Amino acid sequence: MSASAAMTNRKKTSLWAMLIIVLAILVLPLTGYLYVSVTDQPTAVEQTNPRADTWRQVREGNKGYSAVTGQETNVLIQGAGQNWRQLRNGPIATYGAWLLSGVLVILAAFYLLRGEVKLNHPRTGRTVERWTLNERRLHWTTATLFILLAITGLSLLYGRYALIPLLGYPGFSAYATAAKWIHNVLGPVFMVALFIILIKWFKQNLFTKVDIQWFKDFGGMIGDKHPSAGKFNGGEKLWFWTLASAGVALCFSGLVLDFPNFGQERFVIIVAHLIHILTAMLLMAFSLGHIYIGTIGTEGALEGMTTGHVDVAWAEQHHDLWLKELEQQEQNPKH
Amino acid sequence: MARMKFLCDAERCIECNACVTACKNEHEVPWGINRRRVVTIDDGIPGEKSISVACMHCTDAPCQAVCPVDCFYTTADGVVLHDKDICIGCGYCFYACPFGAPQYPQEGAFGARGKMDKCTFCAGGPEEDNSAAEVEKYGRNRLAEGKLPLCAEMCSTKALIAGDGDIVADLFRSRVVRRGGRPDNWGWATAYKD
Repeated sequence: MSASAAMTNRKKTSLWAMLIIVLAILVLPLTGYLYVSVTDQPTAVEQTNPRADTWRQVREGNKGYSAVTGQETNVLIQGAGQNWRQLRNGPIATYGAWLLSGVLVILAAFYLLRGEVKLNHPRTGRTVERWTLNERRLHWTTATLFILLAITGLSLLYGRYALIPLLGYPGFSAYATAAKWIHNVLGPVFMVALFIILIKWFKQNLFTKVDIQWFKDFGGMIGDKHPSAGKFNGGEKLWFWTLASAGVALCFSGLVLDFPNFGQERFVIIVAHLIHILTAMLLMAFSLGHIYIGTIGTEGALEGMTTGHVDVAWAEQHHDLWLKELEQQEQNPKH
Repeated sequence: MARMKFLCDAERCIECNACVTACKNEHEVPWGINRRRVVTIDDGIPGEKSISVACMHCTDAPCQAVCPVDCFYTTADGVVLHDKDICIGCGYCFYACPFGAPQYPQEGAFGARGKMDKCTFCAGGPEEDNSAAEVEKYGRNRLAEGKLPLCAEMCSTKALIAGDGDIVADLFRSRVVRRGGRPDNWGWATAYKD
């Protein structure tokens, strides 16, 4: 029995020895990898193809050296231009056209369905001053500049498709030369006019609780409600703040495009151009609504900006709080 | 019809700027404008590479796509040219071009751009070949005389090659194969006669 036990023991030992030897054969050569991975890790990362590195640099638009002086002459390839081209010629031109024509269609449909918002009470014959002569000058100067800038700007975006078939290449080129000049020269003038407006009417355009109700009642445009409003109603305030945000962005991005003499790089110009075109689209769409409400959309609204005076009946219907304020001032002239 | 292409061999260009100078002289390019330029990557560091770059006469040219007055046209030889009588100097082609090819003479205050100028592949413009008007606006029309662009023709190391794209590619391929002192196409010399 003891002999067979010794035999089993020996078998066990040799089996274990075999297992350990096989494991060692498999594992020990791998320690070389462990050694390399511990000691050589940093250099393994640094080893890249130097020629590939050169072309990667070029493709990333990194700057080299060029003996030729001028705007970004040391850059071999700039990639932003292709993105700009695709955005401008693609979605921006397409959706911009849809936006502007869509707003026109909606306004036309609204006019046909709702018609002009009439005065509920007959004209009293008494008028109050709504806009002073200087305010009207400021408004119409800005409005005229806005329309000129919009037409000339749209000509540069859509003229190639819409106007070249009409005017021919030389004809459109002559028009576009003038359009570019007008746009570049009047842009900064518009900026000055806009900034005067923003400063002048800033306080009166801060939103109040009254405006929430005004928006809930759709400004009285839909339904027969007459929400209260001060000198500026909720809609006018929204237009003001659109101008104060998108309009300001439009102006500053325009300056970047208008003065290439400061040597701004193409990436900056491209970003400015995208901001310029997007904010311009937004403002043009909004201005169509503003023009509609101020002219054929509301009876008696245009008088305020042309003659400066509005009928008391109109003021009572559209700007009741402002009328009350005026009446109080009349009673207590000190305030 | 040929499809004209430029190719600059970075392994050969020595940044001598002779192509820049030759172009400027040949076409009497306005002051401040260089239709071609040499850019050196990693200048002064071992492994620096120089490339001569001008208008590459792209197939789907970005300048052509964004031009508001549509003044660009591609010739039957694949050369992208523009009509300076139509150009309004808006700068859009400069924004769009990956290679920085379009340039403008300053016209008026605040860097207002004049009519765009760029490499014509020595092929002039829409005017009659080598007429006074064409030379005045675009420089000489060497292609009309059966010659290739001067920058490539006079390149001392033949780094810059210009011409029919197929021939240019073949030329470059044969260079790549023979580069490094001995041919990389192992066995060919033993196996084939030519």
